Amino acid sequence: MNLDARSVALHLGLIAVLIVLGFVLPTYHQGNLARILVLATYAVGYNVLFGYTGLLSLGHAMFFAAGMYGCGMAMHLGGLTVIPAFVIGLICAAALSAVVALLALRTIGVAFMIVTLMFAQSVYLTALYLGEWTGGDEGFVIAQATRQIAGYALTEPLTRYFAALTLFAVALLITARMMQMSFGRVLIGVRENEERTRMLGYDVFRHKLGAVIISGTIAGAAGAGYAVLFGYVGATFASVQYSIFPLLWVLLGGMGTTIGPLIGVAFMFYLIDYASGVTNAYMLIAGAALVLLTLFARAGIVGEIRNRWVPWLP
Amino acid sequence: MMLLETKGLTRIYGGLRAVDKVDYTLAKGEIHALIGPNGAGKSTFVGMVSGRIPISEGEVWFDGENVTALPAHARIQRGMAYTFQITAIYARLNLFDNVALALGKRDKATVLAALDRVGLADRASRIAGDLAYGHQRLLEIAMGVAQNPRLLILDEPTQGLAEGEIEDFNALIKELAGDTTILLIEHNMSVVMALSDEITVLDTGRILARGTPDEIHANADVQNAYLGTG
Ligand SMILES: Nc1ncnc2c1ncn2[C@@H]1O[C@H](COP(=O)(O)OP(=O)(O)O)[C@@H](O)[C@H]1O
Ligand SMILES: [Mg+2]
Repeated sequence: MNLDARSVALHLGLIAVLIVLGFVLPTYHQGNLARILVLATYAVGYNVLFGYTGLLSLGHAMFFAAGMYGCGMAMHLGGLTVIPAFVIGLICAAALSAVVALLALRTIGVAFMIVTLMFAQSVYLTALYLGEWTGGDEGFVIAQATRQIAGYALTEPLTRYFAALTLFAVALLITARMMQMSFGRVLIGVRENEERTRMLGYDVFRHKLGAVIISGTIAGAAGAGYAVLFGYVGATFASVQYSIFPLLWVLLGGMGTTIGPLIGVAFMFYLIDYASGVTNAYMLIAGAALVLLTLFARAGIVGEIRNRWVPWLP
Repeated sequence: MMLLETKGLTRIYGGLRAVDKVDYTLAKGEIHALIGPNGAGKSTFVGMVSGRIPISEGEVWFDGENVTALPAHARIQRGMAYTFQITAIYARLNLFDNVALALGKRDKATVLAALDRVGLADRASRIAGDLAYGHQRLLEIAMGVAQNPRLLILDEPTQGLAEGEIEDFNALIKELAGDTTILLIEHNMSVVMALSDEITVLDTGRILARGTPDEIHANADVQNAYLGTG
């Protein structure tokens, strides 16, 4: 099997396993996994920028929130059905990421982190300030009856699971394909040696711009998906905490690997879930586990597997 | 027909005129060596030609077009290739990926052929940063050649190469000659004498002399300023 065939087999195999899990898992874990898949979609988007392009954003919650509010408000206030509202969420996230990219990409290094952090903070404060429409701190709930596609209720666990899986699978396959195309290869080149890449004739700015927009739009798709599948929209999702999460997930799972984001989210989700069953100081246990991983598996879970055993992992 | 021309090309660092009003022409198909002592401004000059270093004053013309205002990537797209004095490869990627990025495609046969030109085809799956320094230089040269450029700029390519590798390098450059115009910065005088059709001597940012290898060898100014052989 050549490299591309192995990569296709890996991704389709993973999706097949997730389909089977949807049918065999007990309800509790099925619900968890649905949430993990939506958050993993967010992490997949983050990974495009951080893992593959080498740009560290501290403000991705704004893109997640743009999708979430765009979609949620279109349903809640605009009375739209799920699909058009979801598309509006995507458009909001894409537009916001284009604007942020054009401004933030004029800076480099630490400045890029700070500019994205500041933009995200403005989005967060805007969500609070426009409380009349956004529900401010408390957010709002999307009516159960409206959360359905062609009569299939997204509140029904199995349907919700497969909707979440579809979202994740599309994001995964898009990024996996992208990383085999010239565009994705050049992103890796930018990450590894920007000057060399420019001096090979590639327009580095345009590639970074594309990476921010793709990354932000996937994050927005996750936000819109979250609103639709779990029925709640709130400012917490725009807070700095939700900008840090994808960074941790990707570091844990393995930056610059296609399946690392899912592994990272699942690992952290169940780590906290398990630790909170054992003690009230569960964040301490989670923190200790994270420290151990960064000490002994610096490339993240999938990254270490790639470094040690499976060098072809995409 | 001139492939490359600079008019009054100047680079100022603070008070230092690293390159000072250089008028230069390079004819299509020629192998041209740029020599001069350390700090003469050679790397700065080719940096401005390729767009890597901003121009303080003057113009760069490539194949009849004024490219002064174009960013580096646009000049490369027009047919320049640039190899760095300080090796700039993708150290964490393997050789195949390095060359594939230079080629802009991942066609296996083409990539391996490009690596084969510098004798590295059998190391395609090795990580570039793990190679010996001389092999990293060869990889950098292979990446320049792989782009199939009209103008190939080489900044001290043989630095760190072993004797036998230098001979192979000379052979490779002779093979390219004719199709590819080559601007070569080189300290090794035997390489310069073996390869170049013409030589320009740069000193403190200015052109000190220009001529055939024999003329340069006989030039008293050059002897004093640079060759030091007397
Ligand atoms: N980025 C820079 N800032 C300040 N001075 C520089 C810089 N780059 C080069 N110089 C100076 O410009 C002069 C020419 O340098 P360079 O072009 O590298 O010389 P060469 O390649 O001929 O050895 C030197 O005096 C060097 O110290
Ligand atoms: Mg130099």
